[in-house]
Amino acid sequence: MTLFGKKTVLKKARKRDMPDGLWLKCPTCNEMIFGEEQEKALRVCPLCGHHFPMSRTERLAMLADPGSFVEWDRDVYSIDFLGFVGEASYQEKLESNRRKTGEIDAVTCGRARLAGRAVALGVMDFQFLGASMGSVVGEKITRLIERGTAERLPVIVVCASGGARMYEGMMSLMQMAKTSGALARHADAGLPYIPVLTHPTTAGVMASFATLGDVILAEPGALIGFAGARVIKETIHQDLPPGFQRPDFLLKHGLLDHVVPRGELKTTLARLLDAFCGPLQASEPPEVPA
Amino acid sequence: MAAYTLPFEKPLLDLQNRIDELRRVARDNGVADPQDAARLEAELAEVRRQLYANLTPWQKVMVARHPRRPYTRDYLAAFVKDFTELHGDRLLSDDQSVVGGIGWIGERRVMVLGTQKGRDTKSNLACNFGCPYPEGYRKALRLMRLAAKFGLPIVTFIDTPGAFPGIEGEERHVAEAIAVNLREMFRFPVPILAVVIGEGGSGGALGIGIANRILLLEHAYYSVISPEGCAAILWKNRAHADTAAAALKLTAGDLVELGIADEIVSEPLGGAHADPAAAADFVREAILKNLAQLDKLGPAQLLDQRYGKFRAMGIFKEGALPPLTPPPLPEDAV
Ligand SMILES: [Zn+2]
Repeated sequence: MTLFGKKTVLKKARKRDMPDGLWLKCPTCNEMIFGEEQEKALRVCPLCGHHFPMSRTERLAMLADPGSFVEWDRDVYSIDFLGFVGEASYQEKLESNRRKTGEIDAVTCGRARLAGRAVALGVMDFQFLGASMGSVVGEKITRLIERGTAERLPVIVVCASGGARMYEGMMSLMQMAKTSGALARHADAGLPYIPVLTHPTTAGVMASFATLGDVILAEPGALIGFAGARVIKETIHQDLPPGFQRPDFLLKHGLLDHVVPRGELKTTLARLLDAFCGPLQASEPPEVPA
Repeated sequence: MAAYTLPFEKPLLDLQNRIDELRRVARDNGVADPQDAARLEAELAEVRRQLYANLTPWQKVMVARHPRRPYTRDYLAAFVKDFTELHGDRLLSDDQSVVGGIGWIGERRVMVLGTQKGRDTKSNLACNFGCPYPEGYRKALRLMRLAAKFGLPIVTFIDTPGAFPGIEGEERHVAEAIAVNLREMFRFPVPILAVVIGEGGSGGALGIGIANRILLLEHAYYSVISPEGCAAILWKNRAHADTAAAALKLTAGDLVELGIADEIVSEPLGGAHADPAAAADFVREAILKNLAQLDKLGPAQLLDQRYGKFRAMGIFKEGALPPLTPPPLPEDAV
């Protein structure tokens, strides 16, 4: 892949020369990549195109026009309403994830300009409790969609999820219903919705807003599916085919419209929105930060 | 199949065996029915009543999975008159784990559909142990669209461990099939009633579960994950399923309290499997009562009520996040 044309500037490194955090080993091509190099390249391996995990801040910077993102519903937070105690309590899990990420829960939502066009943008974050969908994720995604409908905005959600927020029991499951219902109303208003499936997008998120897009995009290498590979294996006592639940498999089987490398995501989204909504009107008012 | 098969039913089984033994001895000796047997029978009924009045969440899960529990087809046979089964998703196949069709409940025309378990190896293979493939959800969608076209209320019976986790399901996008049902069920301007008759297994259950009213049978459960699956993940041990079942708040009573379920449908003493005919009567009455109540809503109100019902589901807080407690030592793993 020659997306970033930086092959020549990459230095090979010896292990002992590597201070912590500066060098990363690419799990696909096994080369050592200089951290800064990888960061500049949208956390994509310049040698083989492997997509490394990306923080929500980086994703917002990648998609939103500079200075255009206005966050919505930042102060909605999860509580341990069932008093759920597993090996650790839900409250402990929430706090350790808040400390680890500096974030409040697994999704950030708001209004942004994407190549000049106002959009409602949500970004899920696998670093926070595996981007499991609890009441807060469901509520914030639902509000994003509802506000998108009210303000006649396209909705874009960068999806990720490792599964249900079990600590919230059935309330977790019901977020699938809530978000899907909101999307029905957004679609009835004739507005576009595009989910972008990143590594990994599974389970309840997959069986709700991740697969209800007018167009469904995915990042290269993402694991995308409903059931976990381990569960499937244990159920059917069979090995899974190579590439199972990966983008090429899903493209071949007709779920995805495109597998889009990060470097092309913003222009792809802008092109699709232009085609669905008509070219951007020069008269559209500039973004006023709240 | 034995009358009592669940581990916690052992006291009942012991009593039944003693009754049977007394009767056998009496019969062999040509004497009348012994008084002891009658006394033990009364005791059996009382022990059963006590046992079923105090089931733990995990015991309820076992009752919900009881091999003699009435399934969707049993309810159809019991009270849907002139039932005409409708087959196939018009795309690929006719998934036997979802059964549905048109008929009459009392004086009402209805579209009824539900997930279907098998009772023996042969029927379980045919309907995949009640675990739908994508085609099952697409068949359900086709039937519900028909209902909307002809203005028929929709009644769904939910009894599934979940959507089938397999290669074909992923190839044919079971997640998308469920998601589309969730979205479309918010669009049908007819009354929808969902009745969890046994197992409400996660997204596979929700895929036919968007409704104006959600009813649970007394010993049915509805959960985001199976207790075993939850125990395997959060306790690293499936043997903690009983603890997980309690923690997940998956019983009918829990779900009414959480505002997810609207009504509990009583089961006969000893569970629906103890008296399927009585269970069917209770379910039929509950359906007719709820449909009559939903008659008061027009098409737009039905859609708004349904949306509002699910829109309100979620428990969270808004405002400044309380300060985090100091990190425990050593740094806990995530
Ligand atoms: Zn690489």
